[in-house]
Amino acid sequence: MKNGQLTIHEAHQLLKEKKISSVELTQQYLDRIKKVEPKVKALTTVTEELALKQAAQADATIAAGKASPLTGVPIAIKDVICTKGVRTTCSSKMLENFVPPYDAMVMEKLNAAGAVMVGKANMDEFAMGSSTENSAFFTTHNPWDLDRVPGGSSGGSAVAVAAGEAVCALGSDTGGSIRQPAGFCSVVGLKPTYGRVSRYGLVAFASSLDQIGPLTQDVADAALVMNVIAGHDKRDSTSVPQALPDYTKSLKTDLKGMKLGIPKEYYVEGIQKGVADVMKVAINKLEELGAKLDEVSLPHTPYALAVYYIIAPSEASANLSRYNGVKYGYSYKGNTMWESMEKTRENGFGPEVKRRIMLGTYALSAGYYDAWYLKAQKVRTLIRREFDAVFEKYDALITPTSPTVPFKIGERTDDPLAMYLSDVCTLPVNIAGVPGISIPAGFVDNLPVGMQIIGKHFSEETLFRVAYAYEQATEWHKRRAEV
Amino acid sequence: MKLTREEVLHIAQLARVALTEEEITRMQEQLSNLLEHFEVLQKVDTEGIPPTAQSVDLQSIMRADDVKPSLPADDVLANAPRREDDYFRVRAVLE
Repeated sequence: MKNGQLTIHEAHQLLKEKKISSVELTQQYLDRIKKVEPKVKALTTVTEELALKQAAQADATIAAGKASPLTGVPIAIKDVICTKGVRTTCSSKMLENFVPPYDAMVMEKLNAAGAVMVGKANMDEFAMGSSTENSAFFTTHNPWDLDRVPGGSSGGSAVAVAAGEAVCALGSDTGGSIRQPAGFCSVVGLKPTYGRVSRYGLVAFASSLDQIGPLTQDVADAALVMNVIAGHDKRDSTSVPQALPDYTKSLKTDLKGMKLGIPKEYYVEGIQKGVADVMKVAINKLEELGAKLDEVSLPHTPYALAVYYIIAPSEASANLSRYNGVKYGYSYKGNTMWESMEKTRENGFGPEVKRRIMLGTYALSAGYYDAWYLKAQKVRTLIRREFDAVFEKYDALITPTSPTVPFKIGERTDDPLAMYLSDVCTLPVNIAGVPGISIPAGFVDNLPVGMQIIGKHFSEETLFRVAYAYEQATEWHKRRAEV
Repeated sequence: MKLTREEVLHIAQLARVALTEEEITRMQEQLSNLLEHFEVLQKVDTEGIPPTAQSVDLQSIMRADDVKPSLPADDVLANAPRREDDYFRVRAVLE
């Protein structure tokens, strides 16, 4: 516990033993937000009044002896998740004043569990980006080096946790948007299996790839959040009706009998030497813990970037057609209907969102659909089959979360392809729909490196076991950024 | 793979996004670069491979057609840029 930061399990213990009240704890976090927010700029909205009200309710629940692990615990929510009565901006001018009339399913669950929302977290506009530099409002800064990006798109969520503005956070991950910022900020970030967490109330980016997941200070906390937010929801037709385990039962400290694969394609092109060195040490540690490791090959990995940047923009171009200034959001008052719509979209969307809408519209347009979109969907099948095949022999795969340490703010903004390459290790996971977790694995010159663990569909328990065993055998998760 | 100015304008029209002169030039350059990179996909043999639209094997999820209350009209229309009674007000579609 540094900077007064508590994990969920530590906070829960103190709250249950009445050593601190949720109102006191929440006030501590609100004070910390006031102190560090000018430096890190992780939050689009601070919900002080609501937080203190929820904390008072949580204290009543705790007094009645009905506290569950998240009761009274301050949490930050990525601003792409609908929160009833609290503006949900997607860090876009388009939704700057949008106040959802309903809660996302994950919010219903968090509210029922008595969690305390302290704020909405900044992000790349509509979750499109890898640095939060695409936020229409401001760029979030990495607490390990304020001149560097925190990653993205869930950069605000990762920083809120890393800088101690919240005990934990929710993010969303379409191509790495939870794992990459988690890696860049030295926190834990899980992208669950597609269909494990309901997308009801998650503002849609690419519907076949999007998942909500936790960003936390350690692996046990990620398991505790998943115990609350996962599960079937009839309102999301891609939500899978599969029994929900108690994820905390998978937290074991040895890896005896586990077979882990090291996919060689993730350790070549563009990987920084410092990151490769950290991974070597981490892999040795996994072996010491009893795992058997082999090099494996997933030969279609190099095509994942192209597959992703055709499929995701295509789905986005369809999903974002709803922003036309009629039902909600920014609206330009033109002289004709078409002028109103075109100007609404010109003024309301930032450059990256426009670029992806254009790319997707092109890939889906008459004459190009088969060559681009359909082709990408077929290669998607090959990538998925490759994962299926490797998971017949291996329990999980070990890769870096990102090929580099956090880059400097502004370094990649003029080159979309360079920005896209920072997700090269995380994109294949969304394409296949499998789960992936990023955990702190070390540092290069005091800049964090994340290790990604990938498993087959619905193998979150395996990921938690590998992640927990590694975490408990190392000290990385105890280091905190000094802000 | 080089997109022409006309192609960029055509896509922008399909997407209903107005673009400034500067944006048209930048889009032309950036989209061309990206598509050139993505052409690598054409090298992959996908003969006989079915497309994947989503990664979980669920099909045609059905539910009972139960009548349930919807959100109150005032809540839904609270975010409407223009409202008239319980309707969204739009620009004239036909002049």
